[in-house]
Amino acid sequence: MKAKYLTTAVLAAALCGPVAAQAENLTLYCTVDETWCQQVARGFEEETGITVDMTRKSSGEFYAQVRAEASNPKGDIWWGGTGDPHLQAAAEGLTEEYVSPMRPELHDWAIRQAEASGNRTIGVYSGALGFGYNKELLEKNGLPVPACWADLIKPEYEGQIQIANPNSSGTAYTMLATMVQLMGEEKGFEYLKALHKNVNQYTKSGSAPIKAAGLGETTIGIVFMHDAVAQTVAGFPIVTVAPCEGTGYEIGSQSIIKGARNLESAKKFYDWSLRADVQSRAQEANSFQVPSNKAAKTSDKAPDLSTIKLIDYDFKKYGSSEERKRLLTKWDAEIGSQPQ
Amino acid sequence: MRSRTGGAGLHPTVVLWLIVGWTGYAVLPWYGLEDNFFGLSWVAGGYPIDPEVAPALFLVLQGQKPWLVPLGLLLLAPLLVWGRSKADPLFGALLIAIGAAGMAWLLIQGYSVGLRGWRFEWLAGLFGEFDDRQFGMGYGALLTAGSFLFLFTLGLAGRGAVGGDVFVVGSIGLVVAVVTMFIFVPIGQMLANALVDEQGGYSLSTFLDKISSDRLWGLGCLSGGTRCGVAWNSLFLAILVGVLSTALGLVFALVVTRSGFRHGRLLRALTVLPIITPPFVIGLAIILLFGLSGAVTQAVSGVFGLQPTRWIYGLPGLLIAQLLAFTPIAFLVLIGVVEGVSPSMEEAAQTLRANRWQTFRTVSLPLMRPGLANAFLLGFIESMADFGNPLILGGSFDVLSTEIFFAIVGAQNDQALAAILAVVLLFFTLGAFYAQRFWLGAKSYTTVSGKGDAGVHPLLPPQLRGALYAIAGFWTVFTLVVYATIFFGSFVRLWGVDFSLTTAHYVKAFAIGWNEFGLHWRGSAWSSFWTTLTIALISAPLTAAIGLLTAYLLVRQDFAGKQAFEFGTMLSFAIPGTVIGVSYVIAFNVPPIELTGTGIILVLSFIFRNMPVGVRAGVASMSQIDRSLDESSLTLGANSWQTFRRVVLPLLRPAILAALVYSFVRAMTAISAVIFLVSARYDMSTSYIIGRVENNEYGVAIAYSTVLIMVMLAMIGLMQLAVGSRDIGRRSQEGETRRGQPDMGGPQPVFTGGG
Repeated sequence: MKAKYLTTAVLAAALCGPVAAQAENLTLYCTVDETWCQQVARGFEEETGITVDMTRKSSGEFYAQVRAEASNPKGDIWWGGTGDPHLQAAAEGLTEEYVSPMRPELHDWAIRQAEASGNRTIGVYSGALGFGYNKELLEKNGLPVPACWADLIKPEYEGQIQIANPNSSGTAYTMLATMVQLMGEEKGFEYLKALHKNVNQYTKSGSAPIKAAGLGETTIGIVFMHDAVAQTVAGFPIVTVAPCEGTGYEIGSQSIIKGARNLESAKKFYDWSLRADVQSRAQEANSFQVPSNKAAKTSDKAPDLSTIKLIDYDFKKYGSSEERKRLLTKWDAEIGSQPQ
Repeated sequence: MRSRTGGAGLHPTVVLWLIVGWTGYAVLPWYGLEDNFFGLSWVAGGYPIDPEVAPALFLVLQGQKPWLVPLGLLLLAPLLVWGRSKADPLFGALLIAIGAAGMAWLLIQGYSVGLRGWRFEWLAGLFGEFDDRQFGMGYGALLTAGSFLFLFTLGLAGRGAVGGDVFVVGSIGLVVAVVTMFIFVPIGQMLANALVDEQGGYSLSTFLDKISSDRLWGLGCLSGGTRCGVAWNSLFLAILVGVLSTALGLVFALVVTRSGFRHGRLLRALTVLPIITPPFVIGLAIILLFGLSGAVTQAVSGVFGLQPTRWIYGLPGLLIAQLLAFTPIAFLVLIGVVEGVSPSMEEAAQTLRANRWQTFRTVSLPLMRPGLANAFLLGFIESMADFGNPLILGGSFDVLSTEIFFAIVGAQNDQALAAILAVVLLFFTLGAFYAQRFWLGAKSYTTVSGKGDAGVHPLLPPQLRGALYAIAGFWTVFTLVVYATIFFGSFVRLWGVDFSLTTAHYVKAFAIGWNEFGLHWRGSAWSSFWTTLTIALISAPLTAAIGLLTAYLLVRQDFAGKQAFEFGTMLSFAIPGTVIGVSYVIAFNVPPIELTGTGIILVLSFIFRNMPVGVRAGVASMSQIDRSLDESSLTLGANSWQTFRRVVLPLLRPAILAALVYSFVRAMTAISAVIFLVSARYDMSTSYIIGRVENNEYGVAIAYSTVLIMVMLAMIGLMQLAVGSRDIGRRSQEGETRRGQPDMGGPQPVFTGGG
């Protein structure tokens, strides 16, 4: 039994990292892709000398974690990821109010996000919903090139389309809410029912459909357009389409976690990440979202939001948990559980 | 720890635990430290006066944390047994009272006083507002708790529990305490969530509504509808995987041990490959081979002119991937059992004129039942809890484990639903557990006894051998193809698009460079790689130790509440990692036990997730070893600890190896619990690999996995060398004596050259 203490000592000895210096720290919860997260964390470290501890997970996972840690927060700032979980966290009081001095430099949509949350979150980037197709597979199957949402429900695309399940993916929920706002609830659900016949699989993760298209496992994937662009840049034969009828979008946001241990560092990071020169660097990390700072440069490969017809997306309404539950239950009953 | 009765002074075991207890109370910092304990910066940081790092005694003497005073008094109390022998009834009674009071007070104060004063409002109502607070307990509290626990068990032994055996009672106490703390408490907190409704209150009707939903139990697929309930899907898949993986594992075990097959070592190495493969990689390889644009699919459709389909997504793909992954587990469990069946029995059957086939069917196979049952159970539960494969290959075939994950992290965000799904999962796995016990019944499977047992295993009947060769051969080729794909994939620039060869993925992940500070681990994968290796190496021996200790208690000792004890130790295996992960975050984020964001929480989750494998392997092996061996050791004057160490442990080497290898490998490849527990400082390879897959960097993900596979092969080889083999002293089939020769893999480079 003495062995237990010996092993405990060995265990703990091996787990001890380097002794933490007394320097400033920042624990960053990062929700964009790894390369971009690394770029941001290292960039901030270099410029400020603040040591950044960064973890990358999906926004749903961080939302669950921030909630679980609420009585003893471990993270300081939660950066990136679709806006809904940030809004939910704000509504539950899990995040801190902060008005950044950078606000005047930002696009309206970024500031609207802050106003909707009582200043607990703000837009960092945005991305529009669309779809991408594998051009080799499309040619091989002799299919016409799709350009509009309406094309996707044509019978020739039967079994050729993938989209995520809105129950598990924020991307697919954005699609559901977009159709409801674009066509009205009744017509929107009729559209999704028709689409249901052409869908070969509802994936769990939001960007999985376009990855499957890249590998040739499906012809068309409905995703955020910047995800499709990233596939093309990676070398896959993917063509990105901005639907002609107009489309919905997400606002990637950031929030300071309530009770952050390094509140000052978190605020510094918050302002820093809204700067134009910082946001211009995202494209170097193969991230093609639209930056929230008006002066930030965008990639020529990125979808230009000004040429895309965007609907007037009501984040407050469709981000609320009642509306979300109602739409998801309806989707499950009328579409998800129906034969294809 | 033998009891020396009579004589003045304190019983030596009491002295030992008093020293431990006072070290905890008066020497080590009582509370958890912000910095690392073993960094020792606390020694210079105001110790022992500064309340942040002070031991409990110094806190109390400064008039702080008055609720710690009773613990000090209780640590003085054992002096009351001065001069009493262990046989004295008062000795036991006093120690039981002191130990119980100490543990109870530790828990009461820990759960009452939290970060913001009282943790429960009714306490404030009772005692008024309270402005003091405390952090999570540290090493001081840990030692004090251990001291009270073992004083308590010493008292129980003194009162004659389990024959008055101090070691056995102490072991039972230890296992019960840690299992309660790290399995029941977090799971209990999680399951309490199952009853929470949307308003945050507790509601039985919401619970009943959700648990009986059509999404879980629908039978649409039987009557021509679209899909069956998630619960049925999981159950069906798990039964298929359990049966088939057991059958395949048995085939391999028989081929290696009973067929005179000469390249058994090669086969062993091959069957071990899938178990050491990180999640997602097998699934990815299967898509690259059998997907719509997969290599095999394209070739077949080209030759036969068929339209390629997406048949692999769903049950077929899941079945193939899980069989690839879990057959080796069945093999590891079965090989020890197949070898352990006593040749004397088989020889007796043959002497009685049974032919080879009759011998195999009526003697060998029934004696393997404990192994078969355990292998099935492991396959069943593994399939139920598998998370990586359904995520990538599941298609529209939903299973419980992924539903739980997405209930927590998905757009629904319904923790209560996740808890309810976990209850259903638990119901299935526990059902399988009891079915297994029922099937084994009360028969005896003992074949290794103290008597002379120098027989030779008979060869299999020829027809059976032919069939086994065919099956094992097919599966081996299939495994090889899958691994060749993985290996090739790590050197291809972009699978499916650009097949030119490159080492860029390895450079990106594992580049090493020099800078002004010397060696610089430049590759992006190094940080998670070292963390993973360290944590796996720490948790593997701990897992094996506690697992085998538990197995010993279960098989060899009789004590009140043994059933409940067994249930408790097996419970964690039946709970999917996702649930363990979230429940750990909920339970260990706040005082009294504050572990989130540390490496310790990862180690703990691995120990308690993988411990059942050590238990099962130990139980299976130990039920073959006759009790008379223990008894003769005891008769010759050894105590139970010596017997365990000198007699039982050496005979358990195959089980030890299985437990070590399994827990090491699982710590390197597990994902479902890990994904919730990784933190900025302690990131694990699997969560890093998922990130790469999500980010389209399949090459890097596969290259990283290939490196992990190599590392695991090397480590398994080293473990074999370190553990050594069991020597039962049987003749080999060639008739020459194999004394001193390894019979279970043994110290040999089989595992190192495989990949």
